Amino acid sequence: MTTTPEYVPIEQTPGGKKAAGPVGWLDERLGLAGLAKKNLRKVFPEHWSFMLGEIALWSFVILLITGTFLTFWYQPSMAEVEYAGPYVPLNGLEMSQAFQSTLKISFEIRGGLLIRQIHHWSAALFIAAMIVHMLRVFFTGAYRKPREINWLIGLGLLTLGLVEGFAGYSLPDDLLSGTGLRFVDGLIRSIPIVGSYLEFFIFGGEFPGDEIIPRLYMAHILLIPALLLGLIGAHMLLLVFHKHTQWPGPGRTEGNVVGYPMLPVYAAKAGGFFFIVFGFTALMGAFLQINPVWVYGPYNPSEVTAGSQPDWYMGFVEGAVRIMPAWESTFFNYTWSWNVFVPGALLMGLMFGALGAWPFVERWITGDDREHHLLERPRNAPVRTAFGVAGMTMYGVFWIAGGNDIIATQFGLDIYTITWFCRVGIFVLPVIAFIATKRICIGLQRSDANSILHGYETGVLERSPDGGYSERHAPLPAADQFTLTTHARLPVLEAPREFDENGVPAPHGRAARARAWARRFYYDGTLDKPTVTDVEHAAEHLADLDGHPAELGADFQGVSETGVPRVH
Amino acid sequence: MSDEIAKHEPIGDPGLAEHQYRPQDVDDAQARRTERQISAMFLIAAALFVAFCVIYVTVDANETFLGWSAQNFGFGFTLGTALLLIGVGIIQWAKKLMGDHEIVELRHPAKSSDEDRTEVLADINAGIEESGIGRRPMIRNSLLTALGALGLPTIFMLRDLGPLPFGQRVTVWKKGMRVVNDVSGRPLKPADLQVGQLVNAEPAVFFEEDEEGHRLYEGAELLAAKGKAAVIVVRMRPEAVRPSQGRENWGIDGILCYSKICTHVGCPISLWEQQTHHLLCPCHQSTFDLADNGKAIFGPALRSLPQLPLALDDEGYLIAVSDFPEIVGPSYPELARDQKKLDKSS
Repeated sequence: MTTTPEYVPIEQTPGGKKAAGPVGWLDERLGLAGLAKKNLRKVFPEHWSFMLGEIALWSFVILLITGTFLTFWYQPSMAEVEYAGPYVPLNGLEMSQAFQSTLKISFEIRGGLLIRQIHHWSAALFIAAMIVHMLRVFFTGAYRKPREINWLIGLGLLTLGLVEGFAGYSLPDDLLSGTGLRFVDGLIRSIPIVGSYLEFFIFGGEFPGDEIIPRLYMAHILLIPALLLGLIGAHMLLLVFHKHTQWPGPGRTEGNVVGYPMLPVYAAKAGGFFFIVFGFTALMGAFLQINPVWVYGPYNPSEVTAGSQPDWYMGFVEGAVRIMPAWESTFFNYTWSWNVFVPGALLMGLMFGALGAWPFVERWITGDDREHHLLERPRNAPVRTAFGVAGMTMYGVFWIAGGNDIIATQFGLDIYTITWFCRVGIFVLPVIAFIATKRICIGLQRSDANSILHGYETGVLERSPDGGYSERHAPLPAADQFTLTTHARLPVLEAPREFDENGVPAPHGRAARARAWARRFYYDGTLDKPTVTDVEHAAEHLADLDGHPAELGADFQGVSETGVPRVH
Repeated sequence: MSDEIAKHEPIGDPGLAEHQYRPQDVDDAQARRTERQISAMFLIAAALFVAFCVIYVTVDANETFLGWSAQNFGFGFTLGTALLLIGVGIIQWAKKLMGDHEIVELRHPAKSSDEDRTEVLADINAGIEESGIGRRPMIRNSLLTALGALGLPTIFMLRDLGPLPFGQRVTVWKKGMRVVNDVSGRPLKPADLQVGQLVNAEPAVFFEEDEEGHRLYEGAELLAAKGKAAVIVVRMRPEAVRPSQGRENWGIDGILCYSKICTHVGCPISLWEQQTHHLLCPCHQSTFDLADNGKAIFGPALRSLPQLPLALDDEGYLIAVSDFPEIVGPSYPELARDQKKLDKSS
């Protein structure tokens, strides 16, 4: 480490000697050195929340691996067979080949049950990771310019993931998944005017028919995975092109990205993380039973089990269907089943529509056309955060409604009361959540401003000469102060001009007024960060050592209530 | 606040923090210890993979371990732990031993240079110009017509996905068909039912065979028919039943028969409350009052549960008087029309 390195041509270094051959061979055929030069040592910033999308990516890879294994034995056929196998309770029962082969995978193929359970757990994890990743992107404003298209691709991935998951858990053709299909049948029927036709075309006749399993199988193992794979590729390419966003901090600006190189650090970390996700899902497959189809038995449209629940990510739709009032109307000689169509189809459309439109709506409101590569703390965009929490609250109420029967039996509550609570709560609770979240955000902004303008509480009590006690404050380290003040200043709000200088009404007057109103709403109550003068005053005030009996020392960063030194 | 002040950031950027050396960077012994730890993880993982194979050939499918399937436990534990160890080992390697100097890379705006953009626009213009798509509207419009017409075979090709809707307003129930137990296929007599009891039942035809011993309904056909014809038979105290006009003789001594298929999205309903005569759907909690003609009293279902008029045959078994006078199962667009047809034919 102490000697100055001499210049050695790269081909003569130990690594260079070995790699020169293969690299040369490949480059002469593919000419990729130009591209690799830019990307092999590409920098990725570090933060735990950047791993959430990675969990989704790796679960998808696990799904591909385990899913391929399952296809070796699974039979996508609804032909009826009589079961004769190692699971005695079902012996002699008529069932579809799909269900029979699922039983075979579970009981006769060694490791089949494990792979089936890993597959199902990874699917649940895939959707969960996508949603949490999306929340991270939303609450930190990472979808802002230039990343709006990647936000839409992500939304497409989530939508396809939901459909893929639903198609997948329908395939075993057990009583629970058949009940799910029965619901989908009712949902398709509720589509105005063409419902019956769609139902008969999709199911190949009257429900359940004998076509739906092979068709779902095709969608589940070919069509949707191919689309997912393509979109994931696009998602990753855009990620590399835009370079990852980063949290603000010393040395981190809108113009740079600070972190560790892809080769070797991130290749190792990401590659290692794949094994961790795989290991984790394998342990779940070992210890946590999921979808024990043999307990449910084969599908029979005249049977159902109490407490039927879809996989968790369908719970919000289920809840919406459960709390929807019984509205159905007849006009133009057609029956319109609002009670199924509104919560089942329209709601999903509305939800994904709102999510897809948000980046563009926010940009229209703020008029912000800059590129953003530094993440925003949720508190510094109170209305965005409040909208997000309101949306989460709504999702949560739907979810509660989707489990109302389980909640009723587990907690001994009245199911109708829970349903009514959700019917009202779905409108009231998001509003309360919005107001509360906005207040909390503004409170946190004030606390940030306080810690800059008044320093942090050191935990050191001082007695003044006249006997009064006070807690001493000290300025935050410069790096922390900088981190707290990197977000953008609030724009100056102006009323739209209704008339130009000649007194002619301004064009688009109504749109401009709506925009001005939205902008006021968006920034209402938001605290701006301290100004230079504010900070100068604060520094003078904090530097004023008069009356302090002792210096705190350069390394001192405060003590806790019990006297333990703290580190910021 | 003047713009002058707004332009200035209150706190200057102190720049990247000083690099912190890890114990492994300064202490060779520590670095070697970490290296040994990481290798140990990899070697244990390798041993666990071997253990997986041993379990594969030695453990029998019926064996249990702590109440778990021994095979599933063994496979999952060895595979999962080994994969975790590999992952933890690699990440430990990256964190503790690989270079950890932060690198700063500059960003560039997503957009290309103005010259590039101008050139692209010029190229697009040239393309449009040279193709003559603007000057030759006939070619353009006829091509668009042809491409639009391509949609026709696409739609026609999908026609054979399934038959046109049929039979949505009828079930297999017919006048005189016996009501039988859904498991045993035994016909039901009034004496088989206690007050408060609910029996899941089906039309007798599902258990009948033709002369050659083949069942009349099998496979997908049976499931489709069951999905519409499944019923429940309940017995209430006759004085509790409040039949609406025209339904007074649809039951026998308080024995009534209703469709088992929910009018919401078609789940089979069977959660029966003896005291209140309510029937609750386990899927979305629509509740029907069976003493009050199957009226929907709570939840997302609007239409009443269709009632099957009952009678007794010569041998004293329960039989249907006709098919359901109301449409069974979830609503569909033509329901209102079909119901009118049913009303007319009865």
